[in-house]
Amino acid sequence: MSTATIALTNQRIQRSPGHTATIYLKEAKYEFLKNLRLRMYTASVLSFPIMFYVLFGLVLNSKEAIGGTAVPKYLIATYGTFGVMGASLFGTAAGLASDRGLGWLQVKRASPMPPFAYFVAKVVTSMIFSTIIVLALFTLGIALGGVRMPLADFARLLGTLAAGSLPFSAMGLALGYFTGPNSAPATINLIYLPMSFCSGLWVPFMFLPKVVREIALVLPPYHLSQLALGIVGAGRHESNATHWEVLLAFTMICLGVARIGFQRDQGKMYG
Amino acid sequence: MMIANMEQPVTTPESAHAADSDLIVASLEGVNKNYGDVRALRGVEFRVRAGEVVALLGPNGAGKTTAVKLLLGLMQPNSGRVRVFGGDPTNPENRRRTGAMLQVGRVPETLRVREHIDLFSSYYEKPMPSAEILAAAGLEKLSDRKFGDLSGGQRQRVLFALAICGDPDLLFLDEPTVGLDVEARRLLWDEIRRMVARGKTVLLTTHYLQEADALADRVAVINQGEIIAQGTPAEIKAKTSGKRIRCITSLSVASLRQISGVTDVKEDREAVEIHAVEAESVVRELLARDAQLSGLEITSAGLEEAFLALTQGKYAKRKSFQLNSAN
Repeated sequence: MSTATIALTNQRIQRSPGHTATIYLKEAKYEFLKNLRLRMYTASVLSFPIMFYVLFGLVLNSKEAIGGTAVPKYLIATYGTFGVMGASLFGTAAGLASDRGLGWLQVKRASPMPPFAYFVAKVVTSMIFSTIIVLALFTLGIALGGVRMPLADFARLLGTLAAGSLPFSAMGLALGYFTGPNSAPATINLIYLPMSFCSGLWVPFMFLPKVVREIALVLPPYHLSQLALGIVGAGRHESNATHWEVLLAFTMICLGVARIGFQRDQGKMYG
Repeated sequence: MMIANMEQPVTTPESAHAADSDLIVASLEGVNKNYGDVRALRGVEFRVRAGEVVALLGPNGAGKTTAVKLLLGLMQPNSGRVRVFGGDPTNPENRRRTGAMLQVGRVPETLRVREHIDLFSSYYEKPMPSAEILAAAGLEKLSDRKFGDLSGGQRQRVLFALAICGDPDLLFLDEPTVGLDVEARRLLWDEIRRMVARGKTVLLTTHYLQEADALADRVAVINQGEIIAQGTPAEIKAKTSGKRIRCITSLSVASLRQISGVTDVKEDREAVEIHAVEAESVVRELLARDAQLSGLEITSAGLEEAFLALTQGKYAKRKSFQLNSAN
């Protein structure tokens, strides 16, 4: 069995770089199309942050400000974080848990697909959907909420939120390895909704009870939202380096957990 | 362990291996596989030679799928050796030369047939042209359909298409026709025969004796994790042509068991059910012993009875007990 593990890690199929690139591109393209056509995914992941933004940022409070930042601008940062988190968690965990639990991943593993392509496709797809959500919020905010910022700030905000997809994709891969096909969506909601609330993505952070604000300091969405709020001039002015470090550490831990799940599956597979 | 190798007397594994090494493309050698306390495979010896179609025949839970997954390198045996193309089945290079049709609970439903084929074809160095794949799997008219909109038989044909798209030398088909109606089954059989005609080696699993008979050069019967017989379909059919005799008689079960050719006797309400290798001699004997005998019925034994017939001998008691308790 140890020889098999060595064979798995050391032996790679010899392919031209062009062929390898083609496989990665196709894997990502079809992962994107698969999710785009999945109403379950687009309806919840894309429309919730956008609907919330329209309701609370444009219809109800558009003339108000939170700590000197206009509400439509503030909420792009927080609902942007919320959207990125949902797109990334559902985009990775739900699909992986279903593919693993219902046999599809075995068909792929029995083929000469490079295993890494499968994961990269999920992460890239999550990042693309995250970008779509943030761009939709930008468009609505500019057109209907009077949001004005230097172009460079829009670019920085988009880049930050898109990069912020990575820790949640890593978390999704870890969850996908340790949940079943039926329990995955419920488990994701059980983690994602309370985490969003405690991190100040629904109710501005300063209005949260003190105990919740203390919990927030260990939650990754808090750190991503603070990076985003910093760009729109509404952050709590903590060190950006600390926020990035927490997100990086969280990503590494989740990838470590996902790796344990991956190796467990290589060794034994039921069914 | 019963290794009934029909072509040649059983020799030591080393000498058999040396003689056939250039011909054998896949083998399980003394393989044991457990899932916790469940022994899925016990000391399985099984070889697939280049160019032949082998059927692994057995009831559900016999260990067929486990054997296929071991050969695909999707899991590891607890002991014994699994070889494909003379190497470890987890060697990624082997995967370019093999294709697999597995039993899948859910395939991504929002992708179209041609998109699934396009993606899987991209994994291989020299895939078949997609028009050829669609034709071979009978999917020409369905290529724009989403997988979720297909019927059961059409879905099986897509999985078949994904198995053959890399033009593999060795094809694993795990219960390719399970859940299909007669028409769809015959279509898939034709498609499998076309692959065979192109010189492919095929290992298929099935629980239909008829399917093994229709497709295979050689059949290995597997039950409860053990290979209990191997041979040509004709040889297996000859061994499994048992009959079931049902009648109402005053003879005791013990005395019925004494009749030569009787393999098993069960009481069933007012009647008895007698399993026999062949019906004629047993019926003659029954009528001679009990002139009052009535309600005589003779039917061909099903696959399960066939296993009983095959396992007569030193395993008979244990096997019949296990089969009965499973009913």
